[in-house]
Amino acid sequence: MNKKKGYILKNGRIIDPTQNIDAKGDIAVFDGKIVKPETLKSPEIIDASGLVVAPGFIDLHVHLRQPGGTDKETIATGTRAAAAGGFTAIVPMPNTSPVADNVGAIEYLKRHIAQSSVVKIHLCAALTIGLKGENMSGIGSLKQNGVVALSDDGRCVQNHEIMRHIMEYAQSFDLPIFDHCEDDNLVGKGVMHEGYWSTVLGLRGIPAASEELMVERDIIMAEITGARIHIQHISAMGSVRKVREAQSRGVAVTAEVTPHHISLLDENLKHFDPNFKMNPPLMSEKHRTALIEGLKDGTIAAIATDHAPHTPTDKLVEIDYAPFGIIGLETALPVCLTELYHKKHLTLPQLVSKFTDGPASILKIDTGHLKEGSCADITIFDSESTQTVDVTKFYSKSSNTPFGGCEFRGKVKATIVDGSFIYSDLPGIKGAI
Amino acid sequence: MTSWTKKDLLSLYDLEAEEIQFILDTAAEFKKVSERRVKKVPALRGKTVVNFFVEPSTRTRTSFELAEQRLSADIINISASSSSLSKGESLLDTVKNIEALQADIIVMRHSAAGAHNFISSHLKCGVVNAGDGAHSHPTQALLDIFTIIEKKGGVKGLNVSIIGDILHSRVARSNIWGLLKLGANVTIGGPATLIPKEFAEIGVRVCDNLKDAMEGADVINLLRIQHERQKASFFPSIGEYSKIFGVNEDTIKYLKKDALVMHPGPINRGVELASSIADGPQSVILEQVTNGLAVRMAVLYLIAGSLD
Repeated sequence: MNKKKGYILKNGRIIDPTQNIDAKGDIAVFDGKIVKPETLKSPEIIDASGLVVAPGFIDLHVHLRQPGGTDKETIATGTRAAAAGGFTAIVPMPNTSPVADNVGAIEYLKRHIAQSSVVKIHLCAALTIGLKGENMSGIGSLKQNGVVALSDDGRCVQNHEIMRHIMEYAQSFDLPIFDHCEDDNLVGKGVMHEGYWSTVLGLRGIPAASEELMVERDIIMAEITGARIHIQHISAMGSVRKVREAQSRGVAVTAEVTPHHISLLDENLKHFDPNFKMNPPLMSEKHRTALIEGLKDGTIAAIATDHAPHTPTDKLVEIDYAPFGIIGLETALPVCLTELYHKKHLTLPQLVSKFTDGPASILKIDTGHLKEGSCADITIFDSESTQTVDVTKFYSKSSNTPFGGCEFRGKVKATIVDGSFIYSDLPGIKGAI
Repeated sequence: MTSWTKKDLLSLYDLEAEEIQFILDTAAEFKKVSERRVKKVPALRGKTVVNFFVEPSTRTRTSFELAEQRLSADIINISASSSSLSKGESLLDTVKNIEALQADIIVMRHSAAGAHNFISSHLKCGVVNAGDGAHSHPTQALLDIFTIIEKKGGVKGLNVSIIGDILHSRVARSNIWGLLKLGANVTIGGPATLIPKEFAEIGVRVCDNLKDAMEGADVINLLRIQHERQKASFFPSIGEYSKIFGVNEDTIKYLKKDALVMHPGPINRGVELASSIADGPQSVILEQVTNGLAVRMAVLYLIAGSLD
């Protein structure tokens, strides 16, 4: 591709929810930026007819496992999986080993990201030292070093007074807190959603109340402190109701949902396959329906994968001993197109918004749109064609997905970061990976 | 139904009513064998059965072992501490090694629910579930139902109440499916913290007081109250449990006159069941144990047959 000349993505269905655009048209790119097509002299023409051209997708919730878990994933493999899934930017969680709870750890990450990442990374640091829920991390220093969000993901600060102080302090730096809401005592040794199926299967249940209680706590504290709270992987009906009600009162609370929580149920565990074990657990139909309602009415602004790689050695064990989590970067779009768009819950612009300006607004970053002059982070996808998930083709180092062998409608065709094709399935165009 | 085709016995949830009946009919034949002077038959001669008890057990393991001996099988016993699990080997690797030694059937007990479902899909040899966590204990339910049929002539239409810690009980989960499939009316009773209301969705009557649970019952099956559960605040004390939920001379009056009293053991005498009732005329507790042998012989015999 001739960088000097720029290129035009021709005749695609341009969707940019921030500008209310959903129309056939062209997007021109020059020097890594989106430009007016008429400013380019003899640009390369790339046929995007029949394809959707959208702002680059942003995933607020990814585990890259580096450092400390590089047998599962690395910055190199995880960001390639992100690119293959249509994501131009991701937020890796800080629950690595050691935990990203200090400036040194963030510096390590920045160095390795510069070397190995193929997509943009927004840095998230731990709320508390060692994710222990006791002493707050150096929030101000972390912000000075480029951190844009805080999270103890995988853990939840149990002590309400400590959480209150963290929220008061964090809001003065305008950093959002991404919270993995659960009450440790109610979760206990639970491995799946507490309900009919846990009763039948004799597996220890996790009550929905364990999430709902902490969502309520966070909302109350957000009101007291003015902090921005973001509910990670929201899963329970009651949590959606509480977030909706709080938003209507103007509380700064947002939420994300995973592709698996809107597509799978607790019943899927009936064959004891650990690839259906995740936290929060898969819930019953009424919860799943409530999550979709939350996406429809805007209560839930973002879809995030909670991409959680595990090795077969870790995962191929008894349910009780298997770690929680599944990977999701490379299946997110097909699963969501199939479950949300093709089943007519969301329009295509609504769905695109959950992957683009929705997450961007939570991070308060000026991306997730196709405005002229902005960086050319673009995702091109086919919303219609059918494909079967082949785990052997994943860029991710891991393959722990419940979707292997499943058929979905929709496919990522190209992922463009700052004007460069990182991933491409378009004829005649080579991606960097 | 004329022959058995499943290589595993994982849970009664997986079985059709006629399959359950087929095992029970086969068990009745083996019970006759047990009453002969020479109790041994050559049905499993040349077959190897491995009893792999990852979770300790005396009663069930002894019963299986005796059943295997009476069927003339070659037997290996492995416990968790004597296996490579204690060296960090995964369960799947351990059972694949057992299979590689050409074991025909693995009888396993494990503390994790679904452990048998997990390994059976990776093995060609037969897998018999001797108890997995709170999920399933099919041979216990089969011997319970066998005993009811023997005493009552059938289970269809009978009122069977299971009383005690249902939440943590694989015995309850197996009995409920087996009894429902064979047409019994099933009630569960005990402290509200230990009787999952979700069972109502499959047609089980759920009672949080003893009188309602016992009234009009043809059979009560009492489950052991596990002392260690007390820590998790499911009920105030063993003393209170015994007082409010214990079956004794006073509360047994709620049952039908000819009702059976069952218990899978081990009994906490004076807690869930008074000694006078455990040893009384309505008790069939030791007959359950005897019948367990016939049921396990039947299960092993049918599974071995399906592998040929």
